[in-house]
Amino acid sequence: MERPIVEQRAVLATEDSFVSVACRSRKFLEGVPNAFTILRTPFDRWYAKKAEEAGAELYAGVTVRGVVKDGERIVGVKTSEGDELSASVVLACDGVNSMLAQKAGLRPELKPSEVALGAKEVLELPAEKIEDRFALEKGEGAVMELLGSTSLGMLGYAFLYTNKDSLALGVGCKLSDYQKKGLRPSEHLEALKKHPAVRKLIEGSKTVEYSSHLIPEGGLHSMPPLARDGFLVAGDAAQMVNAAFREGSNLAMTAGRLAGETVAEAKAKNDFSRAALSTYEEKLRACYLMPDLEEVQDLEAAIEAVPDFLEFYPRLACDLARLRFTVDGQPKREHMKAAWAMLRERGLLRMARELWPLRKAL
Amino acid sequence: MSGHPKETVEAKLGLLDYKKAPETHIHIKDASPAAPCVERCQDKPCVKICPAKVYEWEEAQKKVLVAYENCIECGACRMLCPFDNIDCDWPAGGFGVKYRYG
Repeated sequence: MERPIVEQRAVLATEDSFVSVACRSRKFLEGVPNAFTILRTPFDRWYAKKAEEAGAELYAGVTVRGVVKDGERIVGVKTSEGDELSASVVLACDGVNSMLAQKAGLRPELKPSEVALGAKEVLELPAEKIEDRFALEKGEGAVMELLGSTSLGMLGYAFLYTNKDSLALGVGCKLSDYQKKGLRPSEHLEALKKHPAVRKLIEGSKTVEYSSHLIPEGGLHSMPPLARDGFLVAGDAAQMVNAAFREGSNLAMTAGRLAGETVAEAKAKNDFSRAALSTYEEKLRACYLMPDLEEVQDLEAAIEAVPDFLEFYPRLACDLARLRFTVDGQPKREHMKAAWAMLRERGLLRMARELWPLRKAL
Repeated sequence: MSGHPKETVEAKLGLLDYKKAPETHIHIKDASPAAPCVERCQDKPCVKICPAKVYEWEEAQKKVLVAYENCIECGACRMLCPFDNIDCDWPAGGFGVKYRYG
């Protein structure tokens, strides 16, 4: 764990301005804190150790190349070393690319419109500087997401997270948008570093790692069947990401736990058929996971239906807010008139229609 | 990292630890003179988008060169290729990029 998060900030950005909405609350830290920043390498090691302590056996340094079938039933996996491991149930948690779910015939290759491509850098910065720049108490953390001009006309967002003594700065946009634009995400990341909402926060930091990752953002529409005989899928492999609330790790951990419980029940009955394993899906429906994904399943399409959505609305927010705070010798009434003119130019009814789907993300 | 301004992909990759596999994990399925890369694929998204610049179009040989040892294992190339001509599996166990932070 890097820092427990006391502040979450959304930034609506144009090229030279931004409006930010931040929620900072001590309540986020009460009991088990609401959210943490983590770095995956140390976190995964810690998490794997927890699994080992609970009785799991870990084989690291082995790549799984495919599934072993007995008729229609999956009965194990093949490794890159040519070994075969047999299993009552194979649980595919192999991430967004899930070669296993593909090889088990649960889903075809993903399309560029179903995933976001993210690029990230870890920027080293002393803890005291991070705490000064984000006005944080010692050890506490903040996260911010940027929407608007920072996505360069594509669908996606940028983020800046505080770790213990580093920042994570990244961009993520639909892969099909990068494809259309012909832009390499590393260049996008470089452009982000110059944005006024970011530049001074990362100043003087040192890049210590660069990485890139796909994020499954097709939501429920892209979710594969979750079970077949002797086989279950969880996490990114099953598209369990709620992009609107940028949640994914929690969904994956919940699904992993529920899959584990399902397998334990199946083992008690010695029945590993698809029908027996389908209680997994019932468990996912009975908790927050499926209902949340259902809520936001049409959000992306609604935003994409308004091609200038991520350009227009952040700019409108910046223009209105700037007018509110401008001192120029004009009566405030004139400012108000100018504000109404901006809104009428777009059309109040049209804006209501365009913004209505966003209620699902509030 | 020498010789590269720090914002280039080359410099970014220079920060990473790799264990180079003896064999490539990336295959251009059809690399023949009749491959879609030669005439039909104008945009070459693999060359333009790959975050690790694994793919390079070699005009003289009329083929895509694959620097698999640069791969940071995102998987985007498989989906980027409009002709489904890239087969990118994982490197064998223990090989490939090793993220210290992740």
